[in-house]
Amino acid sequence: MINVIWIFMLVVGFVAAAAQGRVEVVTEAVFDGAKTGVSVSFGLISIMVFWLGMMRIAEDAGLLQRLAKLLGPIVRYLFPDVPRNHPALGFIMSNMSANLLGLGNAATPMGIRAMQELQKINPDKSVASPAMCTLLAINTSSITLIPTTLIAIRMNFGSAHPAEIVGTTLIATIIATIAAILADRWYRSRHTPPIVPSLPQQDQAAAG
Amino acid sequence: MYALISTISTWAIPAIIVFIPLYAYFKRVPVYESFVEGAKDGFQTSINIIPTLVGMMVAISVFRASGAMDWIVSLMRPLLDLFGVPGEVMPLAFLRPITGAGSLAFTTDLIKTFGPDSLIGRIASTIQGSTDTTLYVLTVYFGAVGIRKGRYALKVGLFSDMVGFVAAIVICMIIFT
Repeated sequence: MINVIWIFMLVVGFVAAAAQGRVEVVTEAVFDGAKTGVSVSFGLISIMVFWLGMMRIAEDAGLLQRLAKLLGPIVRYLFPDVPRNHPALGFIMSNMSANLLGLGNAATPMGIRAMQELQKINPDKSVASPAMCTLLAINTSSITLIPTTLIAIRMNFGSAHPAEIVGTTLIATIIATIAAILADRWYRSRHTPPIVPSLPQQDQAAAG
Repeated sequence: MYALISTISTWAIPAIIVFIPLYAYFKRVPVYESFVEGAKDGFQTSINIIPTLVGMMVAISVFRASGAMDWIVSLMRPLLDLFGVPGEVMPLAFLRPITGAGSLAFTTDLIKTFGPDSLIGRIASTIQGSTDTTLYVLTVYFGAVGIRKGRYALKVGLFSDMVGFVAAIVICMIIFT
C-alpha cells in the first residue's frame, strides 16, 4: 500500500509537471523535499532528547507503574473475558500508560507481550479474539497527552505558540478513543454468540 | 470551553516538567543521572526517522510542486467550502491511517507551506497528533502472534480514525476561528 502511494505521488507529479512543459520543477522539488526531511529530523533532536530524558525519570520513579495501576479498573472493564489475574492485563496496562505518555517505543513491545499472552487463551490461533481486537482498538486511537513530535515541528517552522495544539489534540484523541471503544463494544456484542443461560447444576450432571 | 482548552495547552508541559522530577526526587531517584541516561535515546530516535521522512517528503514535494496536489484539492473544494473546511487537509484523512511517515511528511509540508499558526497548520497538527497509524499497528500486533483473520479490528480502527479526523477539524475551527 505504502509502495503504491509513494510511486503514485512521484509518477503523477512527474507526468503533471511534464504535461505543463515544466519538468524542471521535479528536480527542484526533490532537493527541497529531501532538505526539509533532514532539517525536520534534526529539529526533532532537541525536543526528543529532552522528553525522553524526562520520561526516564518518570520510569525510574515508578510513575509508569502508578499510572498502570490507576488504569486497572478501566482495563478490567474493557477486557471482561480475560481472567482477573492473567499476566495479559499487566502488559495491557503498561502498554496504555506508555501510550499516554507518548512513549511509542516502549508501548509497542508491551503491546506485543500483551498480544502473546492473549494468544495463549485464544481458542483459534489464527483468528483474533475479541480481547485482541479491543487491544488493537485502543492502540490505533492511542490517547496522547503531549504530541511532542508535532510541537517540535511547529517550533521548527517558527510557530508563535508551538504548544497551542496540546488541548485540541487531547480532545480529538479522547473522542477518537471513545469512538473506538464504542465501535469495538458494538462489534463484540454482534460477533460473540449470546451467552446461553447456565443450566441448573443437577441438569448438567445428568446430561454429562 | 475555549478558556479550558487553552489553559490545558499552556499548562500541560510546564506542569509535567516540574511534577515528574519533583516526584522522582522525593522517591530518591538520582534525577539528573536518570535524565541524562534516558535523553541518550532521543538522539537515535530522531535520526532513525530521516530515511522515511526524506523519502516521503520528496514524493509529497514533487506532487505539490507539479500542481497535482492543487488539482486533487480543488476537486474536493466545492463541497468543503460549504462548511468552511480548508480542503488542503483532506488528503490527511486518507494518508493518516495508512502511513505514519507519509502523513507526518504531509503535515510537515502543510505547516511549511501555510505556516504553523494558520488554521490549516493547526488542524493538520491536531489530526497528526491525535491518532496512531491503524494499518501499522494492525500489522505489527497481529503479525507478532500470527493472527491472519483480524475480524472487525480494521473497521474499528478506521472508524475511530474518521471520527478523530472530523473531531480535530471541528475543534480547531471552534477554538481557532
